[in-house]
Amino acid sequence: MIPAQFDYLAPTSVEDALAALAEHGDDAKIIAGGQSLLPVLRMRLNAPEMIIDLGRIDSLRGVRDDGDAIVIGAMTPHAVVGSDPLVAEHAAVISKAVEHLADAQIRHRGTFGGALAHADPAGDLGAPALALGAEFVIQGSGGTRRVAADDFFVDLFETAIGEDEILTEVRIPKHTGWGAHYEKFVRVAHQWPIVAVAATVRVDGGAIAEARIGLTNMGSTPLRARGVEEALVGQPVTEDAVRAAAARATEGTNPPSDLNGDADYRRHLATVITRRAVLAAAGG
Amino acid sequence: MSTTQERPTDTVEREIGRDRRRKEDQRLITGRTRWTDNINLPGMLHLAMVRSPFAHARIVSIDTSAAKEATNVVDVLTGADLGEALGVNINAWPITPDQVTPTHSPMPSDRVAFAGEIVAVVVARSAAEARDAAELVDVEYDELPAALDLKRAAADEILAHPDLGTNKSAYWVFDSGEAGTGGSVEDAIAKARTDGIVIEREYRQQRLIPAFMEPRSTVVDPTGEQITMWSATQIPHILRFALAATTGVPESKIRVIAPDVGGGFGGKLQTTPEEWITWAVARRLGKPAKYTETRSESLMSGHHGRDQWQKLTLAAEKDGTVTGFKVDLLADLGAYVSLVGGGVPVLGAFMFNSIYKFPAYRFAVQTVLTNKTWTDAYRGAGRPEATYAIERMMDELAAELGVDPLEIREKNWIKHEEFPFTTVAGLEYDSGNYEAATARAKEMLGYDELRAEQRRRRESGDRVQLGIGVSTFTEMCGLAPSRVLGSLDYGAGGWEHASVRMLATGKVEVVTGASAHGQGHETAFSQIVADRLGVAFEDVEVLHGDTQVAPKGLDTYGSRSLVVGGEALVRAADKVIEKAKPIAAHLLEASVDDLEFSGGRFSVRGTDQGMGIGEVALATFAAHNLPDGVEASIDADATFDPEAFNFPHGTHLCAMEVDTETGALTMRKYVCCDDIGNIINPLIVSGQVHGGLVQGIAQALWEEAVYDDAGTLVSGSFVDYLLPTAADTISFEIDHTTSPATTNTLGTKGVGEAGTIASTPAVVNAVVDAVRHLGVNDIQMPCTPERVWRAINGPGAGGSTTEAAMPHFEEGAGA
Amino acid sequence: MTRISLTVDGARVSDDVEPRMLLVQYLRERLGKTGTVIGCDTSNCGACTVHLNGTSVKSCNVLAVQADGAEVTTIEGLATDGQLHPVQEAFRECHGLQCGFCTPGMIMQSVDLLNTNPKPTEEEIRLGLEGNLCRCTGYHNIVRAVQQASGQGAPA
Repeated sequence: MIPAQFDYLAPTSVEDALAALAEHGDDAKIIAGGQSLLPVLRMRLNAPEMIIDLGRIDSLRGVRDDGDAIVIGAMTPHAVVGSDPLVAEHAAVISKAVEHLADAQIRHRGTFGGALAHADPAGDLGAPALALGAEFVIQGSGGTRRVAADDFFVDLFETAIGEDEILTEVRIPKHTGWGAHYEKFVRVAHQWPIVAVAATVRVDGGAIAEARIGLTNMGSTPLRARGVEEALVGQPVTEDAVRAAAARATEGTNPPSDLNGDADYRRHLATVITRRAVLAAAGG
Repeated sequence: MSTTQERPTDTVEREIGRDRRRKEDQRLITGRTRWTDNINLPGMLHLAMVRSPFAHARIVSIDTSAAKEATNVVDVLTGADLGEALGVNINAWPITPDQVTPTHSPMPSDRVAFAGEIVAVVVARSAAEARDAAELVDVEYDELPAALDLKRAAADEILAHPDLGTNKSAYWVFDSGEAGTGGSVEDAIAKARTDGIVIEREYRQQRLIPAFMEPRSTVVDPTGEQITMWSATQIPHILRFALAATTGVPESKIRVIAPDVGGGFGGKLQTTPEEWITWAVARRLGKPAKYTETRSESLMSGHHGRDQWQKLTLAAEKDGTVTGFKVDLLADLGAYVSLVGGGVPVLGAFMFNSIYKFPAYRFAVQTVLTNKTWTDAYRGAGRPEATYAIERMMDELAAELGVDPLEIREKNWIKHEEFPFTTVAGLEYDSGNYEAATARAKEMLGYDELRAEQRRRRESGDRVQLGIGVSTFTEMCGLAPSRVLGSLDYGAGGWEHASVRMLATGKVEVVTGASAHGQGHETAFSQIVADRLGVAFEDVEVLHGDTQVAPKGLDTYGSRSLVVGGEALVRAADKVIEKAKPIAAHLLEASVDDLEFSGGRFSVRGTDQGMGIGEVALATFAAHNLPDGVEASIDADATFDPEAFNFPHGTHLCAMEVDTETGALTMRKYVCCDDIGNIINPLIVSGQVHGGLVQGIAQALWEEAVYDDAGTLVSGSFVDYLLPTAADTISFEIDHTTSPATTNTLGTKGVGEAGTIASTPAVVNAVVDAVRHLGVNDIQMPCTPERVWRAINGPGAGGSTTEAAMPHFEEGAGA
Repeated sequence: MTRISLTVDGARVSDDVEPRMLLVQYLRERLGKTGTVIGCDTSNCGACTVHLNGTSVKSCNVLAVQADGAEVTTIEGLATDGQLHPVQEAFRECHGLQCGFCTPGMIMQSVDLLNTNPKPTEEEIRLGLEGNLCRCTGYHNIVRAVQQASGQGAPA
């Protein structure tokens, strides 16, 4: 319950944070909202020598409109993202995912960028970010680079963020007018999803014109269900049509087996939940 | 000084039966609480435990040198260092004379027998520094094969304690043919095989963790004439006895205090290695010492519950009349025989016949040692297991016959006019009315309408199927008649003690040997005494949980506090009245025979003369004018030992929706009608029922302590040991019928465990009922969506649980 | 050691703390605010819930140094001028507690819930309390208490 000793810095600018990272290298760990890091430290599963807190960098907070994208600051708390009108209008599937992410207290403290950088494949934000084709803005001493969602998630708890870099913001291409739904399958409410599906679709004339589907906890990273997306295009919003497309949700997945379900059960769930999420997103 | 205002009987509401708000709550809702972990004493030392990561291993060496050098570390001690002063952890209930019982050192120095067992203790000036240094203790283990699977352990494939030569601890049998309480069950089964019905099933009672919200904590202060232990325990009195008995300190030199205790559910009905080690360290170093466990430590090393395999054979005639029930249990004790130990399944032995008139019954349990965390009482202790078994079997019989499950129960249950009724297990049920409780429950559920909806959903092949689950139950509660406990070889009695002190200021101080940890004794006991003595509810103060304040007692468990402790209180109060009477007569210059006591007032028959009991208390305190030869006290003690158990009963009905596509379960409605005799405080009773229901429902649906094949507890945190939240549960409808108990003057029966006992089979019966037409006749608990889905889509009861956890908190993770 | 200054239950406090000290440990061990308790080590139970700058957080999941400059309210600071907060009152009235260990966190989270949603439905109450575990009450009377505190429904 008591973390091992560490030193602590709370820089007030990204530049200072990067300088601290450069100085302490491997020994340092960044804390964003800390809602996943602190349990790890309390149980002494990790014992960094230096904690660099991004909580005092005001520029990393907030949601803004940037033309064809909205930009969510990495340190924006979930609760703020969840109630932000820009997010609701242009990236509704994120609002839906945040609504039931963890619990109220954790949504107050946990941050959008922190959760994504943590890269737990069972985390609720990876699948929506993938589905919307988010771009991750990563700053290092050499400058800023943008990484596409498809390249961001590397493995279990591993992302494209380098050891000397910081995720500063996430750019979400606007999906204005798209229907959205995040369907989460859990045994108890405070659990990470056993499987969840982020679906956002554009319906035109009773048929699905475009679809973006992300899967949570179906592999070592969040996954994009491209097979389903392709199969949905042009389909009517009917149970049967969507069922056929959703059957492809298992393609390329490698779900875990654990207390809550074996891999084959999760694959089955993925097809059912994908269907339900798409139908809900399409208003069907 | 003021005296108690006596209450004229015609204007004052009786306290018993009122929904009084709890006296306890003011402190608890404002945070002015005294949990053990809040206690801080000058110079107090803090302990951190070094625990074995292995389920079974020889301890080769323990190097404490680096830890001893760490900042502010006072000492690092092993079992060898502490030796005899450590004492042992005892088993109070050897269920057979030849029970095999491994010696249980609180901190063994040669061999560990479960993952989580303590091998060294670090003592430091702060908890943080103790934890830091614990990381530096270097223990070399030689891993041994571990006995983990209950059935394989029962076959002695691998020995949990090689020196004992067997894992089989005790074999305990009750046979109605041999006991003369019924016929031979083998004859009944043989007959049913030729011309009746035989139902054979095997059910699993999964391993559960009590998971009280307050982690256990112990503070020991060895300074002063007495050694004081504060502990988050249900059993301060038993704890004091066991400390004296095993560590050589006279009982009179030990004071045990259970301050605010945050739940127990049987989980704090234990004398623990952690308490013994804290005791030994404080005594050795002569300084106050504290140990507070983390939740992970609590889940890993606090005792677990249930963990049985139940092999069941029910014999019946073709019309559904049950002719015999045979029960063969395997019960996992874990690594050691705990305080109650094998007594837990034995407490269920008299309950498998439940509310039914079975002519033949046989119960046998084999208790088995394994290399897992020890098991002991968990809410219901033995009785939930029994009720689950019989209520699942009655549903199977109903299904076999194609009749309504309530019909088959009614055919076999004891009719209300048949009480008192002596059962095939030899118990005399004093009162009950199963017909009335069932009729009320059916009405509350809307039973017939839901059955109609169920039919419609089945016929239309709806994706969501509806199941209706039934569970009737009775339990023996109010532990317990001491003679019965003696006949079962339990190491102590079952009486309870109470004192009533009449203070000069008009207040009434009540001391009880029961030890509350959330039950609301201060409120309910105040109501009882207020009525009995005719004093105001507010003027009664209930003291408990400190062996120096309440020197005699047997604590709180087994739904005993009200029915045994409450009755002791009534008797003490009655003695107060009897002692006050001659003094009142003297002061009123009347004859004792002419006095009557009512509404807190002694009055002289046929006159308007009288005086309140508070006035008598003040006059007795002053003692200026007492009758000759009468002592200057009207205080009184009483010890009550019940003649018999009491037998609450009830009917619980549950509607569950099953998503056949995913196996997901949704509780639609839950109703129950319990008969717990007279009710002292309906508000407190409702809380006991609601909480009990959710614990029982949680066994059916969510909770399971899972070990991997190395003997590591996989569900070792609240991430993986799934307790339900408000969002996972529903509002309940509860009601009561009232058949007063005849074994105590209040007519009350226990209520603390009722909800837990009945709800588990009600829920599983509902789940199975929803999908029985799809070829399912069992789903192993907890009924996870995966198991339900597998049961629908294949043979079996849904398979076992995969022994791995999600890796959310893996090393190196976090942001 | 790092110097922190903050306001806790209306009082300004200042201390040198180790960076590793959790806010809940600071409250309990340094300030004696033992009304706030620790029930788990994985941030599941919510027993340690307090308000940090006006919104609920799990104080085991915040470092004391992160609360530098902040305003913290615990269960001990909820009543004002000896008057119980309506949510405290409702928990007693509706028997929304038994052992009382989860109660400080449960009340603090309920207050937060009603701050953002003054008239929640039963479902919204249940979801709003999903980060708080209780082992005694079965949640039934806790839900009633929140309903009552919001001016909806009678105790049952």
